[in-house]
Amino acid sequence: MLIQLTDQPIDVAAVLQAVQADGAGAVNSFIGTIRNRSTGRRVVRLHYEAYDQMAVHQLRKVAEQAVEKWPMLQEVAVVHRKGTLAIGDVAVVVAVSTPHRAESFAACQYIIDTLKEVVPIWKKEEYEDGSVWVAAHP
Amino acid sequence: MKLTIALFGITREIVGAPQLELSVPEGQSVQALLAQLQQSFPALGQLRSLAVAVNNEYAEPGALLQERDEVALIPPVSGG
Repeated sequence: MLIQLTDQPIDVAAVLQAVQADGAGAVNSFIGTIRNRSTGRRVVRLHYEAYDQMAVHQLRKVAEQAVEKWPMLQEVAVVHRKGTLAIGDVAVVVAVSTPHRAESFAACQYIIDTLKEVVPIWKKEEYEDGSVWVAAHP
Repeated sequence: MKLTIALFGITREIVGAPQLELSVPEGQSVQALLAQLQQSFPALGQLRSLAVAVNNEYAEPGALLQERDEVALIPPVSGG
């Protein structure tokens, strides 16, 4: 299991490599990237901030929950970026390997969806004329 | 007892510091801590949600705090 929070660019190929397994017939991945628009405004860059120690702990818990739900999971990797990111940069990579494809889609989606709900990482979108902490206010 | 509250994202900006030192009654509950903080910093009450983490886990409102606990405010998360 590879769980990492990093302020360096994510090597996507290395994350995929980390879930290689002889028992795997499927490798599934989700790559989250920085989009140039948000709620109609042009995004210039994003700042990610994390509560490092809790974020890593919660990432690990999410990955372990996925293994409990899909015991056939061979390997799991989750790498999340922090710091300042530009448009097109990779913010997060989730990768899983399973014997067959159906479970690989389900487990990968579970991990990214749950990550977004529970892992203490925050992004601030910077526009040409201001900035906003995403989802902070109703 | 003394508590150090770690602050991140918008809570860090609202309070204007990365952490907050507080004196609270022995065995203060998470709920009471939140109420105290929202009274001192009303902008915290305007967030979509505000959770408290104790020792890297989300704490229930009724959980009781101890002096050595690592406490943090968790505003709405937005990773991914």
